Amino acid sequence: MAQERLAAIAGIHEYPLRVAPGVSSMQIKADSMKRALDDAGLDWGDVDGLYDALDGEGGGGLGLAAYLGIKPRLLDTTQVGGSSYEFHASHALRDIAAGRCNVAVTTYGSTAASMRVPIGTGGMGRGGASWQQNMEAPYGSTLISNYAMVAHRHMHEYGTTTEQLAQISVATRKHAMRNPEAVKAMTDLQFVKVDEITVEDVLESRVIADPLHLLECCMISDGGGAAVFVSPEIARDIKKKPVWIIGAGEATKYRENGGDITTSAGAQSAPAAFGQAGVTPDEIDIAMIYDSFSITVAVMLEDLGFCSKGEVGQFIEDGHLAFDQPGLTLNTDGGGLSSNHPGMRGLFLLLESVRQLRGESSSQVDGAKLAVAHGNGGLLGGTHTGGTVILAAD
Amino acid sequence: MANRPQPSFPEPDTQHFWEGCREGELRYQTDSDGNVVFYPRGHSTVSGDRDLTWNVSAGLGTVYTYSVVRQNRMPGFQELGAYAVAYIDLDEGFRMMSTIVGVSNPTTDIHIGQRVQVEFEEQDGEGAYPIPVFRPV
Repeated sequence: MAQERLAAIAGIHEYPLRVAPGVSSMQIKADSMKRALDDAGLDWGDVDGLYDALDGEGGGGLGLAAYLGIKPRLLDTTQVGGSSYEFHASHALRDIAAGRCNVAVTTYGSTAASMRVPIGTGGMGRGGASWQQNMEAPYGSTLISNYAMVAHRHMHEYGTTTEQLAQISVATRKHAMRNPEAVKAMTDLQFVKVDEITVEDVLESRVIADPLHLLECCMISDGGGAAVFVSPEIARDIKKKPVWIIGAGEATKYRENGGDITTSAGAQSAPAAFGQAGVTPDEIDIAMIYDSFSITVAVMLEDLGFCSKGEVGQFIEDGHLAFDQPGLTLNTDGGGLSSNHPGMRGLFLLLESVRQLRGESSSQVDGAKLAVAHGNGGLLGGTHTGGTVILAAD
Repeated sequence: MANRPQPSFPEPDTQHFWEGCREGELRYQTDSDGNVVFYPRGHSTVSGDRDLTWNVSAGLGTVYTYSVVRQNRMPGFQELGAYAVAYIDLDEGFRMMSTIVGVSNPTTDIHIGQRVQVEFEEQDGEGAYPIPVFRPV
């Protein structure tokens, strides 16, 4: 099947600071939009489509266009946690192909670190009454323990080991140390060791929720960014090489009686995305996978089709993941584990995919042509979403 | 611990489940085709039918998976030390989140596949709902 060129990412910006006191999330969103448009060579007034994940003071969304001062003809406020931006790219492909907009933007801003938001360990189940909260709040489950329950079951069923999962953290840190913004992030957030790490370092870091150690958990940072989606006509005249969105898939999964917790929504969204793109996992050069935790990446490597269910431990041991090794390359920006995680990391998966396919990454894979960005929103061991986007260079 | 977060009402889907906990009953629903519906809801998740029957579980199940929480910044859990959260597969075919009590060291004394039995943990405060928790058998 020939790859269709229906929509492209034309401009990107990643907000450089991970600790940004005195700046609002809305300011990060607006600043990032301007710089992403500059990156593409487009103007503020060109924007006719706006995607938003309802982040920012005041909730963004309905009020975002007013804040920015633009009048888009398409508004989409899809909020599916960390996968929101993969859903936005998916919707931009659909909407641009349908002629609903030509220059669309998604923006993200968060001051989670400066505001001291305990995302992973804050406990859940606060807020108003709901059927699910009423059933789960009494038990003190944290976000991390929810993902940890997936890790335990994966280890039980397939013999996956902490040593294998730790390799994900090791490879990601290697990439982070090559990314000056990630190094500054780890310094500003006062990491104990701003250097490459070993499997032993991961195992010796404290357990947060069994079996997950501190160095298997993403950081909490400030940050944000923006991406500009354009039609093929616009893509012809932008400043940089367009990166084409050639396939996308969306899915959700949740706790079910008798369900398999080791398989995520990605097992449904990925085949849809690869099918639309007309490519197979073994053709992919770069995998940008939401690394909230080591186990998230492990499950997604299987669900995206890079190896069979239960075989990710062996896949990791076979020496994939790092940019200077043969085979699939993972999270070359340093990921949520070692570069930034302001709460919804999905946008950065798109941004680093674009950098790789333009040849601009700090851990560049020579000749990278195809990337997959897979975002996971919500709780891997509970209700979550998966958004898969396949991106291609010309 | 006997001051866990309480369910909040009005919440029509789960009210009958929690009233069951007062009676020492672990209640779950089935639809007219026998499909188990859990967590409690007003409709069958298979057909959308609103014709559901309430049943009482024997309270016996198996640990499907678990984690031991070492760090929770939420008041009430913060000073607890390590405690388990788990998904329990009840023999009647439903899966619920709960905790496992009666183990001296949750990091070593709990395992996947372990058989467990429900009990209802009394909570501080007048009129508080007892919370269903599980103990190894």
